[in-house]
Amino acid sequence: MITKNIIHGIFSDEVPLLEACKKLRSSGIRINEVYTPFPLHGIDPIIGVPRTRLAICAFIYGLIGLGLATLMMWYMMIHDWPNDIGGKPNWSYYFNIPAFIPISFEATVFCAAHGMALTYLLRCMLVPGAKAKNPDPRTTDDKFMIYLELNEEQSKKADEILRANGAEEINYKGTLVIEAKY
Amino acid sequence: MHAESQIREPLILGNPTYRKITDDIIAPIEGKANRLWYILFTISVLGFMWGIGCLSYTIGVGIGAWGSNNGVDWAWDITNFVWWIGIGHAGTLISAVLLLFRQKWRMAINRSAEAMTIFAVLCAAIFVTLHTGRPWLDYMLFPLPNQFGSLWPNFNSPLLWDVFAVSTYATVSIVFWYIGLIPDFAMIRDRVVKPKMKKVYALLSFGWGGSARHWSRFEEVSLVLAGLSTPLVFSVHSIVSMDFATSILPGWHTTIFPPYFVSGAVFSGFAMVLTLMLIVRKVYKLEAYITIKHVEYMNIVIIVTGSIVGVAYLTELFMAWYSGVEWEQYAFLNRATGPMAWAYWIMMTCNVISPQLFWFKKLRTSLAFTFVLSIVVNIGMWFERFVIIVPTLCRTYLPSTWNSYSPSFIDVGIFVGTIGMFFTLFLLYSRTFPVIAQAELKSILKSSGQEHKKLAEEHAH
Repeated sequence: MITKNIIHGIFSDEVPLLEACKKLRSSGIRINEVYTPFPLHGIDPIIGVPRTRLAICAFIYGLIGLGLATLMMWYMMIHDWPNDIGGKPNWSYYFNIPAFIPISFEATVFCAAHGMALTYLLRCMLVPGAKAKNPDPRTTDDKFMIYLELNEEQSKKADEILRANGAEEINYKGTLVIEAKY
Repeated sequence: MHAESQIREPLILGNPTYRKITDDIIAPIEGKANRLWYILFTISVLGFMWGIGCLSYTIGVGIGAWGSNNGVDWAWDITNFVWWIGIGHAGTLISAVLLLFRQKWRMAINRSAEAMTIFAVLCAAIFVTLHTGRPWLDYMLFPLPNQFGSLWPNFNSPLLWDVFAVSTYATVSIVFWYIGLIPDFAMIRDRVVKPKMKKVYALLSFGWGGSARHWSRFEEVSLVLAGLSTPLVFSVHSIVSMDFATSILPGWHTTIFPPYFVSGAVFSGFAMVLTLMLIVRKVYKLEAYITIKHVEYMNIVIIVTGSIVGVAYLTELFMAWYSGVEWEQYAFLNRATGPMAWAYWIMMTCNVISPQLFWFKKLRTSLAFTFVLSIVVNIGMWFERFVIIVPTLCRTYLPSTWNSYSPSFIDVGIFVGTIGMFFTLFLLYSRTFPVIAQAELKSILKSSGQEHKKLAEEHAH
C-alpha cells in the first residue's frame, strides 16, 4: 500500500510556473498535470506530454470521407442509374472524375473535420454534463496550477522547490491511497 | 516567452491583468443590457417577424408571390443567398487563414466573426430552401434512398455541389467555433455565481479543465481545422460562382468567376465584421482589445480584396471586348448602359472607388468613416450580385424572352427578415457568449500588450 499526498501548487504567472516545472523535473519529481487558463507554449516537453496524434486521425478520417464519397458517386451515377447528361454519358467513373472532384473534396473535409473534432472531445472526455476537470476553479481565470501526487519524502522536496520558485499557495488536498496489486 | 518586434503596434492597450481580461469579457454576460441593446433588439425582432410573415406567405401561395417571372427566374432570392454566403466568408478567413499565417490580431475578433459566419449562413440557407418552390421537398436535394426508382441527384451539377459545399461549410464552421468556445465557457462556468447560469455554462463547457494535455490537443485541433477550413472557404464560394459560370448565359459564362467571387466574399465579409465590431467594442467597452490598429488591419484587407474585385470587373469588360462574342459584349453593354445601369453604377462606385479611399491613413484609422464605408461596401456587394443576376436574365439570347423585373414587397420582406434575424441572433449571442476568445487573448498579453512591450523596450536599452 502506498500513500500519496495531493499537492496543488498555485502560481499567478506562467513564467515562474515554467521555471518550477523545470526544477521539479530535474530533481526527479513526476508532474501529474498542469492547469492553465490559456495554452502555455513550450510546456509539453518540460512536463513530458507526448505530441498528440490527432492530426494523423484527421488524415485517416479524410481518406475515409474521400472513399465514401467516391463509392457513393460511383454507385449512384455510374452503377445504379447512369444518365447521359449533355452528351456526356456516365459510363465510367474515370471519364467523369472532373465533375466529381468538388464533392470528393467536400466529403473529405467533412469527415476529417468532424471525425477529428469528435475524437478530440472523446479523447479529452469533453462531453455535455461532464464534471469540471480543473481541481481549482481559479485556473480558468488567472491562476496557474501544478498538480502533484507524491509520497512523503518527495512532497517535502517539491514543497521546497515550489516555494523557492514563487508559488503563491501550496495546498495539500488530502492523500491518495494506492493498493498494491501484488 | 515569445518576443515580438517593437515595430509591431501593441494589440492590447493599457496594462490589463489576466483577471481584468476575464472581467471585461464576462461583463456583458453578468451585467444587465443597456437601453441601446433593447432598442436594437426590438427593431431586429420586428424585422425578423415581418420576414417570418412574408416567408409563411411564400410557403402558402408559392414563389409566384415574388417579383421573379418567366425570364427572370432567379432574382432577389439568389442575390440574397450569394450576399449572405459571401458575408459569412470573412469569419472563416479570420479564424482559419489568419491562424495559419500566425496573425495575432485575429484573436480579438475571430469569435464574433465566426458567430457572424454561422448566422449569415443560416440566413443564406433560408433563401436556398425557399427558392426551390416547394421547400417541403428539399430533402430530395440530398442523396437519400427513395422510391422514385431510385432517383438520385445529379452529381455533375454545380447546384448539387453547392448543397454539399454549403452544408459542409456550415457544419464545419459550427464545430470550429464551438471547439474554441469550450475553454471560454469553462471560464464563465467557474466565474458566475447564479446557480442557474452556472448549470447552463457547465453543460456548455463539456467539463473543460485546461490541463496541459488538453491544451496541447486543443491547439492541434485548431490548427488542423484551420488547415481544413482554408481550402473549404475558397471552395464554397468558387462552387457558388460555378452555379453561374457553368451555364451558357452571356455575362455568366466566364472563367474569372471563382476568384472574383471569393475575393468579393471576403471583401463584403470584412465590411460586415467591421460594422459589427465597431458597435460591439463601443457598447461593451472593449476598446482596449479591439483597437484602432485592428480596424486598420481589416481596412487593409478591404483595400486588397476591393482592388481584386475592381480588377475583376475591368477584366470582365476587357474579355467581353477581346472575345469578339457579340452576345457577351452586349451583356456588359447592357449592364453599364441598359435599363438597370443605375444598379451597375452603384456597384462600381461602392466597390471600386470607395475602398480606394482607405489608402489615406487618416481615413482608414477613422472609426466613423470606417463604419459608414463598411455599410457602403455591403450595399455595393449586394448590388454586385443583383447586377450579375437580374440584368443578365432580363436580356438573354432570344429578344422575345426579354423581360423586366421589379421585386414584390414579399421579396423585400424576406430580405429585411433575414437582416432582422441576423441581428437578433447576433445581439443574443453578444449577451450570452464570450465575444472575444479570452483564453487566446490572454496568451498574447505578455508579447503584444502595450505595457509589456514598453517594458521590453526599456529592458533592451
